[in-house]
Amino acid sequence: MTVETTELTLPSRIETVAKAANAVADFVSRSGISEELAFGIDMAVREAVTNAVIHGNEQDEQKAVELTLKSSPEAVEITVHDQGQGFSPEEVPDPTREENILKTSGRGIFFMRTFMDEVTWSIRPGGGTTVRMLKRR
Amino acid sequence: MAELNIAERQAGDVTVLDMSGKITIGEGSVALRTAVRRLLEEGKKRILLNLAGVGYIDSSGIGELVSSFTAINKDGGQLKLLNLTQKLQDLLTITKLLTVFDVYENEPEALNSFK
Repeated sequence: MTVETTELTLPSRIETVAKAANAVADFVSRSGISEELAFGIDMAVREAVTNAVIHGNEQDEQKAVELTLKSSPEAVEITVHDQGQGFSPEEVPDPTREENILKTSGRGIFFMRTFMDEVTWSIRPGGGTTVRMLKRR
Repeated sequence: MAELNIAERQAGDVTVLDMSGKITIGEGSVALRTAVRRLLEEGKKRILLNLAGVGYIDSSGIGELVSSFTAINKDGGQLKLLNLTQKLQDLLTITKLLTVFDVYENEPEALNSFK
């Protein structure tokens, strides 16, 4: 099996989330990824792109979201890059704590961490935040 | 075709919303919010969401379910869930929301629970 890579540059608007999900669906079908893994990957990408559009780029259409999907025989690696100010993931409250259960937001990062094996954030030298997510096959 | 289709019907004093599609950020979440807020404005405070046809929900959609639940409770009403797909049930389990919502697998039982 060869390494398959898909790269997309998308505008910072809500509709981008569905576009990214469609790209993931195509990517998954080409890469022979199981249905179970595909569900989690789709979920994680939607949440990461949502965060990039809303929190990172604050829906500023002058700013782009870059999505990279990479599949190898061992794993699927996804990166989502925004042009925002960045944030501290460790400061995001745990949505499953009793005091947070009825909050209407704050579950995106929790889903990314739940469905992927590794999730890490980094600040690019030129600005913006990149989230890298890995799912082993 | 809309991302989320919602059909409304009345079963006694309970309003059932038969939903199909996706409850995701943007159109799907907004459709749910609009439908629930409209029912509250019409004084319909006993609401059963039939989610049998909802195959996908994201964190925004779950947030909208929570928001609807809170708004209806605050207004003295009740929101209950019917026919969760396995994936939706799994998501509500890991977010610990399954213990918050009143969830049913058959409609007569769900409707009786409002009395």
